[in-house]
Amino acid sequence: MDINLIITSFPKLIIASFTTIKLLSVSLLIGLFIGLVFALLRINNNIILGKIAYGYSYVFRGTPLLVQIFIIYYGFGQVELIRESIFWSVLKEPYWCAVIAFALNTGAYTSEILRSAFQTIKPGLIEAGKSLGVNSKIIFYKIQIPIAIRQSLPAYGNEIILMLKGTSLASTVTLMDLTGVAKYIISTTFKPIEVFIIAGSIYLFFTFIIHNIIKVLEKKYSF
Amino acid sequence: MNKLKKFGLGILISLFLTISANADKIRIGTEGAYPPWNSKDASGKLIGFEVELAWALCRYIGQQCVIVEQDWDGMIPALQMRKFDAIMAGMSITDERKKVITFSQGYADEVASLAVMKGSSLEGMDTPEGVNLNLGGADVKKALKTITGALAGKTVCTQTGTIHQNFLESGDVGKVNVRTYKTQDEVNLDLASGRCDVALAAAVAFTDYAEKSGKPVVLVGPTFSGGAFGNGVGVGLRQASQMGEDSTQGKRDAALLKAFNKAIDQARKDGVISRLAIKHFGFDASM
Repeated sequence: MDINLIITSFPKLIIASFTTIKLLSVSLLIGLFIGLVFALLRINNNIILGKIAYGYSYVFRGTPLLVQIFIIYYGFGQVELIRESIFWSVLKEPYWCAVIAFALNTGAYTSEILRSAFQTIKPGLIEAGKSLGVNSKIIFYKIQIPIAIRQSLPAYGNEIILMLKGTSLASTVTLMDLTGVAKYIISTTFKPIEVFIIAGSIYLFFTFIIHNIIKVLEKKYSF
Repeated sequence: MNKLKKFGLGILISLFLTISANADKIRIGTEGAYPPWNSKDASGKLIGFEVELAWALCRYIGQQCVIVEQDWDGMIPALQMRKFDAIMAGMSITDERKKVITFSQGYADEVASLAVMKGSSLEGMDTPEGVNLNLGGADVKKALKTITGALAGKTVCTQTGTIHQNFLESGDVGKVNVRTYKTQDEVNLDLASGRCDVALAAAVAFTDYAEKSGKPVVLVGPTFSGGAFGNGVGVGLRQASQMGEDSTQGKRDAALLKAFNKAIDQARKDGVISRLAIKHFGFDASM
């Protein structure tokens, strides 16, 4: 065990973890929005929109994240039509390719989490609102949304942790995230054990923080 | 219970037999993704210059060999963890690598080159044909200055953990925006897609790609050798001191180095290396 290497690579990995956190938060933010939209489409009465939303979640939950990144990054890069379109200025950047893949992936899972949360709301609660003459918009914002958020917290916390680990795939499209920098250090020092132990510990630390934030939120919004 | 015991014993015995059957074989690690040095055909079989050379060297050594596939970025750690005994993966002999492993004498030498897509502004760079960093002098300095200017603000792509990455980060061509990839295939793909303005690798890696893909990839600037580019490609082996020179494994590692050096001598004398080099590279890259 090379203690010196652990000490010298620690600050580099900490700096790299900012990229990881940035990737994670941007993807989660976009993914949450996508997830909410598609969850609403699912519980909507429109059959066609519901099927489209189901198809999206089916495809993105049914294929590996790595394959999705490769299709978006290397796959789209091979198509001339895309390279000449306006989308290329975004797809040219590895960062945005990774964000798009992560956001679409987490969006699919989030839509499922939110859908089930909406569907588990007891009809009695909505009926109670209706019987008091509250209009349906307010019922949605004041009754359905808060309950759905509370219901989905444990599952969504799990999804955040899965995405945190998923961001390590960003290194496959040349991004220098935590895993990318760890691999870079290994390629010059040839010592994988030391470096991966620190990188793993940093991921573990982030998981610890996310886990506890979710726990606090769960307590705060329990009823 | 008795049956279960017998079953377990059977598994143990067969495991032991497979291990001992492999014990006296030389295991050679290669990447299988760096044509024409080493690559895979459509059926997944390992092919290329080094694969054929490895079989030839094993015949000279007089021992059976197994060729093992290993990703480039884990090549040296895998050798040290005894997943295989020797590396033949287009690995240049450099001082940096010599700190952790040892090398046989070189068997082939490659020059590196920059490559761009046809129509790039980098085409027609005014540099000498070849730059040997070992020589130094005014010509080399001038060429490096021209390249520094040409690469400024460009995204330069190369494979992780290679002599090419070392060169780009050495400061010889100023501060370069380097993007690194796990394999050369991915470098080629991103050069073709336009995400990379320019790429650096073995010149033959680009000509091979241009030929096979039909993409208009062209070499620009000088060919590079010496300095960060090392001293030819050799067989990478464990240092005998890693396990203790008097240990069984240390002695075996030391014997392997001797055996490979002798085999390379013989193969060179018989013209085997030249013949294989011409077959795969189109020119005599042997050394």
